[in-house]
Amino acid sequence: MRSILKCLIAVAMACTASSAWSATIDNVKKNGMLTCGTNSATAGFSLPNNEGKWTGFVVDYCRAVAAAVLGDAQKVKFIPLTPKDRFTALQSGEIDILAHNATWTSSRDTSLGILFAGTYFYDGQGFMVRQADNVTSAKGLDGASICVTQGTTTELNLADYFRSQSIKYTTVGFADEEAVVKAYEEGRCDVLSADTSTLNASRLRMAKPGDSVVLPELISKEPLGPAVRQGDDQWFNVAKWTLYVMVAAEELGVTSKNIDAMKSSDNPNIRRLLGVEGGIGKDIGLGDNWPVQVIKQVGNYGEVFDRNVGKDSPLKMERGMNALWNKGGIQYAPPIR
Amino acid sequence: MSDLSLPARSRRSLSLHDKKVRGIFYQVLLAGSLLALALGIGIQTASNMRARGIPLSFDFWNESAGFDINQTLIPYDTLSTYGQAFWVGVVNTLYVSFLAILLATLLGFVVGIARLSQNWVVSKVATSYVEVVRNVPLLLQLLFWYNAVLKPLPPPKSSIAIPGGIYLNNRGLIIPEIQLHPGAGLVGLAFAAAVFCSIAFWFYAKRVQRGTGKQLPVFLVSLAALAGFPLVMFLAAGEPVSFITPHLRGFNFQGGHQLYPEFAALLIGLSVYTGSYIAEIVRSGIQAVPKGQTEAAYALGLSPGKTLRLVIVPQALRIIIPPLTSQYLNLTKNSSLAVFIGYPDLVQIFAGTVLNQTGAAVQVMAITLSVYLAISIVTSMAMNAFNQHSAIVER
Repeated sequence: MRSILKCLIAVAMACTASSAWSATIDNVKKNGMLTCGTNSATAGFSLPNNEGKWTGFVVDYCRAVAAAVLGDAQKVKFIPLTPKDRFTALQSGEIDILAHNATWTSSRDTSLGILFAGTYFYDGQGFMVRQADNVTSAKGLDGASICVTQGTTTELNLADYFRSQSIKYTTVGFADEEAVVKAYEEGRCDVLSADTSTLNASRLRMAKPGDSVVLPELISKEPLGPAVRQGDDQWFNVAKWTLYVMVAAEELGVTSKNIDAMKSSDNPNIRRLLGVEGGIGKDIGLGDNWPVQVIKQVGNYGEVFDRNVGKDSPLKMERGMNALWNKGGIQYAPPIR
Repeated sequence: MSDLSLPARSRRSLSLHDKKVRGIFYQVLLAGSLLALALGIGIQTASNMRARGIPLSFDFWNESAGFDINQTLIPYDTLSTYGQAFWVGVVNTLYVSFLAILLATLLGFVVGIARLSQNWVVSKVATSYVEVVRNVPLLLQLLFWYNAVLKPLPPPKSSIAIPGGIYLNNRGLIIPEIQLHPGAGLVGLAFAAAVFCSIAFWFYAKRVQRGTGKQLPVFLVSLAALAGFPLVMFLAAGEPVSFITPHLRGFNFQGGHQLYPEFAALLIGLSVYTGSYIAEIVRSGIQAVPKGQTEAAYALGLSPGKTLRLVIVPQALRIIIPPLTSQYLNLTKNSSLAVFIGYPDLVQIFAGTVLNQTGAAVQVMAITLSVYLAISIVTSMAMNAFNQHSAIVER
């Protein structure tokens, strides 16, 4: 009996002890590994390549954070998550940072115990239909069956859009993004609806990509960004400024290739970014050369975009809204100083 | 024990040496510890959640859900609340579980009896069914029914047309919608009257048999009444029921009722899978009835069918019902695999979309668990009552 009591006390103490948890950045440094939640399979964004190595746009963002904190872009453990499970995984501490195709919304920022740390990809929701159906506009989708991923803003936007247009439709929802694409491909639905980046990525993996077209309408704003837990401001800053450093590097013309030469640049902005003078590392809890590690090992924003989803990738997406603010887009980094 | 020499009654004081007191003391201690543990975990969870900024309240219940559900048995639209979405999920889970329990029981009894058949082919077919189905994981079977059987059906434009305005395609089975006109209530009334008359006739037939030994054709008379009364009233009221036949317009069929492939796959998968277990339970139950019972029944001149119905099955039921209850509970819980084939059950709607949309993971999971617990307890209670009813009455 006494041993049972001891057990109970031990369990109770274990529960209490777990409430005192340390800052995320210390945990990551202690483990020597960043745990990053990403999409399970979205071409161009997060997908294991032939050698089983994770590649993609959001994957590169995680690598950038690892480079900033640990000095090594390879020290990342990727946890593939369905949209349905991603926020719970972040809330519960299973992952350090969420780099998913997750849309930044007010309710997610305020009611889930998480914070979005910026926008790495400006997107919008669209529709993909079969060419043979001869549909040219979303207004022609009356009575259609639409495949969507559960637990996304896609589901909510659809309901809003079709209600406001008084168009009847039925949704067919799955938790897993791959099941959704499969259901569309096999004809269970007439329409596949998701963020246009995801639509393009999905089409690339279909057996007959040419059979489907993306309709011109975008029915929503989908700013996709990384998210961290609330209440850890230091870690929030790391997530936010890693992204801004990449954008600022593109703006200043610093790339992974010319970075060593750039260190001797006369431009004070470049010198500050690269930690040559008045570095930005100390107050954030990192070394002054962390931006150098990010740019050298992963690249600037433009390089990451082109390599994964842009002109150097099979997806061939336009920069569009994701071009820099001075090149017709809206990607803009606050001053690094 | 040291105090064996003393008469037990003389020890009045409450002592841990008293067996009774000691028993109570330890039980209270154990119950108290468990309670304290549960309370501790609850308080700790709450404070951890507060620390991480995760919502703790149930306020989301009355907020607008904003998403659509394709199969609802109760009113629901995008403006409905999360609470209403919850009820849609509960009803959908109950609906598919209830139908699957009926089908699985029917299938299980038929196959279980078929396994004992003298006919070689019948018994071997039944045996193979049981062995194959019982040994393949349910999830794979569901994916098989959904992906390999129902999804490859033709698209709506080349639907398989079945006479009577029924269409089958990869969007489901579309049947004509019944439309009721004034006077349709009379037909329903006639049906109710037929049910009442059948029951009355059944009691009457029983009394006649007890008195004279003569058997009246209860089945035929009931069938005639159940079919005839409504039919006569239907014609007399000027055919107050009409059908809206579905027609293809745009992408899909309009009008008519639709049975979705996700629902069908889940219903078929659950019924076929659980049916194989029930078949084994039925077979073992029947084989557990002593052979002498059959021989005695034959000796009294009862036909094999009557022997099965009146002698074997009532006795076998006593053995069958307890394990059958477990199968019903399993089936209901297994229905949560709906998530994988997109049927909007409680887990998909509530523990899926609602959880994700609101972020209230702990609350939502607690409610979901409670619902399954409640369904299981109610099922158990009903089956226990039935078990008591069919138990041997000691005379």
